[in-house]
Amino acid sequence: MSAREITIVLFVILVIVTLGITVWAGRQTKSAVDFYAGGRSFSGFQNGMAISGDYMSAASFLGIAGIIALSGYDGFLYSIGFLVAWLVALLLIAELMRNSGKYTMADVLAFRMRQRPVRTAAAVSTITVSIFYLLAQMVGAGALVALLLGIKPGQTFLGMDADTAKVATIILVGALMIIYVTVGGMKGTTYVQIIKAILLMSGAALMTILVLAAYKFNLSDLLGDAAKQSGKGDAFLKPGLRYGVESADAMKTFYSKMDLLSLGIALVLGTAGLPHILIRFYTVPSARAARKSVLWAIGIIGTFYLMTLALGFGAAALVGGKAITAQDKAGNIAAPLLAENLGERYLGGENGGAVLLAVIAAVAFATILAVVAGLTLASSSSLAHDFYANVVKRGQVSERQEVVVARISALGIGAVSIVLAIFAQSLNVAFLVALAFAVAASANLPAILYSLFWKRFTTSGAVAAIYGGLISAVVLVFFSPVVSGSPTAMFPDSDWHWFPLSNPGIISIPIGFLCGYVGTLLSKDPAAEEKYAELEVRSLTGAGAQ
Amino acid sequence: MSIDTPETSGGPHVISEASYAEVARSEEFGRLRKTFRGFVFPVTIAFFLWYALYVFLSAYARDFMGTKIVGNINVGLVFGLLQFVSTFVIAWWYAHWAGRKLDPLADDIRHKMEGDSEVTS
Repeated sequence: MSAREITIVLFVILVIVTLGITVWAGRQTKSAVDFYAGGRSFSGFQNGMAISGDYMSAASFLGIAGIIALSGYDGFLYSIGFLVAWLVALLLIAELMRNSGKYTMADVLAFRMRQRPVRTAAAVSTITVSIFYLLAQMVGAGALVALLLGIKPGQTFLGMDADTAKVATIILVGALMIIYVTVGGMKGTTYVQIIKAILLMSGAALMTILVLAAYKFNLSDLLGDAAKQSGKGDAFLKPGLRYGVESADAMKTFYSKMDLLSLGIALVLGTAGLPHILIRFYTVPSARAARKSVLWAIGIIGTFYLMTLALGFGAAALVGGKAITAQDKAGNIAAPLLAENLGERYLGGENGGAVLLAVIAAVAFATILAVVAGLTLASSSSLAHDFYANVVKRGQVSERQEVVVARISALGIGAVSIVLAIFAQSLNVAFLVALAFAVAASANLPAILYSLFWKRFTTSGAVAAIYGGLISAVVLVFFSPVVSGSPTAMFPDSDWHWFPLSNPGIISIPIGFLCGYVGTLLSKDPAAEEKYAELEVRSLTGAGAQ
Repeated sequence: MSIDTPETSGGPHVISEASYAEVARSEEFGRLRKTFRGFVFPVTIAFFLWYALYVFLSAYARDFMGTKIVGNINVGLVFGLLQFVSTFVIAWWYAHWAGRKLDPLADDIRHKMEGDSEVTS
């Protein structure tokens, strides 16, 4: 069998298994708490795996390995930021949120505020963050599958050329995520994420061991060879090839370094504001189980990001930068190419390479499916629970109706994402993940932290923080070089940029916090202040928690 | 399927707003709040500064980060790995601390409020 055939067989098995579990989970999904929170019946360990599966996107598996393979040390910054970020969630958010919320991020924000303005704002920001993230994953999936199946311009597969295959993949991924969420709800989605976490960790561990074995477990030799093969020498092992690049132009150097700091801040503060991650804390029975989930997640995610070092430097050393960029300039294909190389090395010949490549391709596919399902669930939950049930119907709605609306929302959001992704597929949308993190850090995090820790915080403050952070992040990115005015921009042929940084966080995060602060000082909300006692006691003790 | 037994979610207990307000003012809850904030705030600031130092050095101290320690392993790599170590240690430390210091205080207050035990403080 060729790599392509094995890949397809594995894809089909994966799809059948996950659909089977989804149908099984769907039969057990009856009430709202089942649909939104998986019946709060998962253990800390199960949820820790699901959080990892929800969090480690194709961007972190293929993307980080690719950046390290091409730019060396600089890719490490992502790994570190994505991991350290979990301490914010562990110390300040997970347990308090579990105790005070019910189904969505907005439950905590609206706990002591006027429901309609705060829930509307939270739903807007939840859906914006999730759709940005979703689009990046879906467009990435299209490009990736075409690449993995080896369909190059001019070739065909099942009668499809590369462009048709990309569209077909986007539709397939979209259809699957709609089914996982509408049929399986949170329970189905959770199991898909657990399976993905197991596959991803096993695949990465296998490759890491094989890479290290190729260098007799001598890390220094691996690094030395990677630096040599990269053609960049020692610079490959130091920061600066990709971020904070130093050039003769002092202003350019300054902006480039600012960009690096901005990225660093958004990475570490964004995670704890991602709605699809936050709702996972509701799937366990208690705050203590939420704590345990985050501990497991930190262990799993940390181990994974350590392995990306071996994968990235391994790809640089064994495959080489030239061979990687020949297939994909962005480097996303580095990990699959490394798998092929390792297969040839250890399993023998082309067949061995084909087998391992196919396995890693299927792992990447599972990775994408689990993440898009989580994002679809988060946005449809917010649309149904926050916007429909509490804003439109002012809470006068039966549980049954709400779940029906949530399922329809998932279908609608899925369909919209498919269409948007098809239109966006020729554009460079890699920046959307960074933008999602920036919005999460600028809009959601200030609102959550103020709500939980600042008694005086008001409805106006919450609304100001969310819209202020959201709008400033989106506007700054729209006028940044990632959208126009640079060769790698979304619209490379136009130029309307005036903001010099690609990452808005360093400006938009302070704006979000400031808007929340000023909005609060300019308003009075005695009801919210009075109800802080209930929020505080409940969040810290769990008394009266759902 | 589920392994954990529900610890705090034994159905929504009806607790009046007045009793939340009373507990929030109590000395016992004040101690819980102080214990919690006294740990998480300083630790958050500490790990954030430690991470920020790493990002700053990556941006402005390239030669230092590139200094080789053993073979091809340089300061930057070790510094990065130390971020992993510190994250794991803080996570473990918090869980250990919370289990000993935080949970007993929280449990006491919750049991009293939900009126289902004779726990004495």
